[in-house]
Amino acid sequence: MTAVAAPPRPGEAGTAPPRRRKTGLRAVPPVVWAFLLIPALVEVGMVFWPAVNSFYLSLTEWNGLGAAQPVGLDNFRDLFSDDIFLGALKNNVIWAVGFGGLSVLGGLALALALNRPRRGVGLYRSAIYLPMVFSLAVTGLFWRVQYQPDGTINTLLGAVGLESVERQWLADPHTALYAVLIAAVWRQVGYVMVLYLAGLKGTDPTLDDAAAVDGASAWQRFRFVTWPQLRGVNTVVFAVTVIDSLRTFDIVWAMTQGGPYHSSELLSTYMFQQGFTFLNLGYASAIAVVIFALALIFIITYLVRATKEEVA
Amino acid sequence: MATASIRKRRRGWGFHAVMAPLTLLWVAPMVFVLVLAFRSFDDIAARGTAAWPVSLSLDGFREALGRGTMGRALWTSVQVTVPAVLLSLLLASWAAYALSRFAIPGRRAILLVMLAGNLLPPQILLIPVSRVMESLGIYDTLVALVAIHVGFGLGFYTFVLHGFMRSIPGELSEAARMDGAGPVQIYARIIMPLCRPSLAALGALATTWIFNDLIWSITVLRTEAKLPVTAALLNLQGGYVSNWNVVAAASVIAAVPTAIVFFAFQRHFVSGLLMGSNK
Repeated sequence: MTAVAAPPRPGEAGTAPPRRRKTGLRAVPPVVWAFLLIPALVEVGMVFWPAVNSFYLSLTEWNGLGAAQPVGLDNFRDLFSDDIFLGALKNNVIWAVGFGGLSVLGGLALALALNRPRRGVGLYRSAIYLPMVFSLAVTGLFWRVQYQPDGTINTLLGAVGLESVERQWLADPHTALYAVLIAAVWRQVGYVMVLYLAGLKGTDPTLDDAAAVDGASAWQRFRFVTWPQLRGVNTVVFAVTVIDSLRTFDIVWAMTQGGPYHSSELLSTYMFQQGFTFLNLGYASAIAVVIFALALIFIITYLVRATKEEVA
Repeated sequence: MATASIRKRRRGWGFHAVMAPLTLLWVAPMVFVLVLAFRSFDDIAARGTAAWPVSLSLDGFREALGRGTMGRALWTSVQVTVPAVLLSLLLASWAAYALSRFAIPGRRAILLVMLAGNLLPPQILLIPVSRVMESLGIYDTLVALVAIHVGFGLGFYTFVLHGFMRSIPGELSEAARMDGAGPVQIYARIIMPLCRPSLAALGALATTWIFNDLIWSITVLRTEAKLPVTAALLNLQGGYVSNWNVVAAASVIAAVPTAIVFFAFQRHFVSGLLMGSNK
């Protein structure tokens, strides 16, 4: 088989030494097209084609039988007068802020504490990221047990004389969402910590030492020396957490199914109920489109970041 | 000098004084569920879930694995996870090889579009995916579950493997080509063996993701007897409302396999997570 070296493309001259480009990338043999097309077609069939269909379905009314009736933007109009949807949207904002904020604060603090090698650090790190390997459903059940009326949390509160605070955490509309949130943060902190530990590894320790010699306090060193160097990680953590919080489904489904009285309903759980319990497929697709629209900007952030890595 | 070292030591104590209790607090929920799983129903009924155990029993596990169907569900999960992980990595390595070693027009755009597919919220796919499976005639089969796991994960695995393959020097495949090796041989004999570390990391990560999945299995499966571990666990919870030892035992059963993957591949696992963030 004769392969011809690909001509270097003008826009990319700076991305790699020209020698590599000449020898590494060459005209495409048919078998290589097959290598690309088979996976690409699988992804198109399982992801992109369905996604396009959701947009179409969101403009229809359909119960899964017969043909979908086009109704224009009615579903979206209905959404904004649907109190349960608006409640779910509000809960999703609370979720994104609470889940994102707490796991970033916790993860960053732990990463800073466990950054330098010393005795016991490995053990502490493992313990903190262990929950991350459990499924969200398992995490949900672990915490459901703790939140029982006679569970550990109420028992501990009783033991320190706070009986008045005791309650049925998951059955109380005022606390259900936050009770689920705590469980989700418990699992997420380890992940964020891993990301920040890697980010800290990329910072320049001599800068920190120099600042220390100059008499900067620990807080000043963090704020003015370390933090600016973590910009890249922050972008990734931010995008990942928001995308994750818009996807959140399993843990709520396992702990409360959105109840009581929709008090812990998120967009994803409401969408699932509408689609798979009530078979309002058009309406559920409209909710899915809203979730997509909210996620889009963060997906783009992540992709832009990924592109930069590709070029670098 | 002396005061500095004393201060250092004192700081060391302070560090452990904070971290040790915090770590204990972190693992407490797991330990608690583990203990609960080994208690007997009568003990829990009489003294509450939070009490110290007076006796240990395996009833919870026996019930969860038997009538609670966790045993069958575990086997189902294995049947889904193993082919899904292997197929995902195989197809992703093909795409990554094509995109990283050949002058495919618009290859960067293709790569990013593939990655974007993995970042989509699954909600936008659920209803159409269940329809696609129906029209393919595989709705409510494990084949459908494997297919959607492979399709949805591909973009991410391709992106990560592409990054790794790009870093393999072109001279290696060039030398093989001079010796008369075709693109398939270069892929199989040179590129794939060199990718072993990142394949291991991705494999560990993909195993936990697919094993832990809930939403896809309740989307493409209807028959209760076919549900994998996570979905079966939620069903069991509905059936054993106040049998906390059974529920706890079942969640331990669902948690153990991924915990084993984690401890066995801890290094790979962490590096896999970092690939996801591309630092």
